[in-house]
Amino acid sequence: MTELIDFISNNIQMIYIVILMIFVGVEVIGHVPAVLHTPLMSGANAIHGVVIIGAILVMLRTEPDNILAQSLGFVAVLLGTLNVVGGFVVTDRMLEMFKKKK
Amino acid sequence: MDYIFSLEFIYLVASITYVLGLKMLGHPETARRGNLIAATGMTMAILGTLFLYKGEVAMHTYVLIGIAILIGTISGWAIAKKVAMTKMPELVSLFNGMGGASAALIGLIEFRHYFGETLSTVTILASVIIGSISFAGSMIAWGKLNGTIKKPLRLPKYNMLNNLIIIGLILFATFMIWIGTGSQLLLYILFFAALAYGVLFVLPIGGADMPVVISLLNSFTGLAAALGGFLYGNMVMLTGGILVGSAGTILTFAMCRAMNRPLANVIFGGFGDTSANEDQGSSGSVKGYIKKTTVSDVAILMNYSQRIIFVPGYGLAVAQAQHAIHELEQLLVSKGIEVKYAIHPVAGRMPGHMNVLLAETNVDYDKLAEMDAVNPEFQNTDVVFVVGANDVVNPAAKNNPKSPIYGMPILEAENAKQIIVNKRSMKPGYAGIENELFYNQKTSMLFGDAKSVIQELITELNGM
Repeated sequence: MTELIDFISNNIQMIYIVILMIFVGVEVIGHVPAVLHTPLMSGANAIHGVVIIGAILVMLRTEPDNILAQSLGFVAVLLGTLNVVGGFVVTDRMLEMFKKKK
Repeated sequence: MDYIFSLEFIYLVASITYVLGLKMLGHPETARRGNLIAATGMTMAILGTLFLYKGEVAMHTYVLIGIAILIGTISGWAIAKKVAMTKMPELVSLFNGMGGASAALIGLIEFRHYFGETLSTVTILASVIIGSISFAGSMIAWGKLNGTIKKPLRLPKYNMLNNLIIIGLILFATFMIWIGTGSQLLLYILFFAALAYGVLFVLPIGGADMPVVISLLNSFTGLAAALGGFLYGNMVMLTGGILVGSAGTILTFAMCRAMNRPLANVIFGGFGDTSANEDQGSSGSVKGYIKKTTVSDVAILMNYSQRIIFVPGYGLAVAQAQHAIHELEQLLVSKGIEVKYAIHPVAGRMPGHMNVLLAETNVDYDKLAEMDAVNPEFQNTDVVFVVGANDVVNPAAKNNPKSPIYGMPILEAENAKQIIVNKRSMKPGYAGIENELFYNQKTSMLFGDAKSVIQELITELNGM
């Protein structure tokens, strides 16, 4: 219990961010036309590719001689990059279709 | 200037670009720019993390990271650029799985480093579980969308089994935290059990519901990324992850609303009901005969119609017939016939799929009619031309309470004077159920590949 209270007091800023971000996420998506659901999902998909930063940090922090951790980290960075790059590019291609008309 | 300050500042800017980008993605005019803005923020955050890291790092680690990013960028770019429009939904699922896997791997590696710190271990185990479920589930969804996995597979009592597994997973993780274990064996057991759950979770869900599942798994991955942010106190991971987690959840509900089905029904199974299976299981369950027609008959029919509505579906996308149907539309309009497209919000494999597809061909925006607007017009329509759509025009959604799609709003094509259905075969649609519309007296079936059929129609009509 004390540990939990310590945790809250030590991380109060992060807890604020989590709560506020939840509301931002809800607000940002509210009332989006169904037409844009797919690109929106795809864009959100690219944004959670931010996990790649964690993967990079893992690589930077693990001991260089720990082969297992280094290889898992390598795969994590690779997959994270795929998520980011593929995600943004595919979203752009979807939206390209929208732009042409008018 | 202190470098820590600048890295934190980059993260702040990046977080703002995510919020801004996502907001702009919600409006057709700003969507593309929004995506670019978020991508720029992401690039900044990645480069900042790489080059502003303090501490000793072996050269070969940098080389490895560089290689991984290079391979990921080139292949990600190439795949995303090369893929056909029709394949985009499954690609989103694939990339989502990659992110989930990345989060799970981070947890696997970091477990050792945070041994003994209860709350960090909670974060790590949660990220392993959620990341693995997201990865395995996305792979199954990907397989389902590209047709590798055809039928929904159901183990006996799969709902109970799945619930038992997820409860077991949580209990097992709690146990690991309780005894404060540093055992890699237990960690990997948890990892593989979570993977198994991801597979079993998505397998029983019908292909038509995959968009909802992908959206849900999308928010899972966001959550997993946020957990990583919590672990490292990394703000950009935290904001980005939570943002997607929350936005993804709302989007999931929005999609469910478009299908008029509660989320629980999607996941735990309207599509798995035994009653529905009994009723819809065999192909002989719908009584009646189908009427076949020919291209020239349809051409004549269309030529002498005043109002025609096209109902495009996934079959149109598969056949890449979007340009052909646009040409047909222009030809008919030039003959003074009124033509519209009736767009069901969940036609195709993802909400908005048909809009994206038809936008590619520069179809006039005004000609795309939304479901609610177009439904009253069917009764004054001479011909409805259903191209590769099935479940979205199935009257069972309205009048058969036992049907798995009962309650889903549909395009009321059956109210039109004549219905022409183009399909490749009598195979049931993605929901795997029969469509009584095909047995309707007013319905004629025009079998064949959508693109070649439409092209033949154009040739016939040109000769009239």
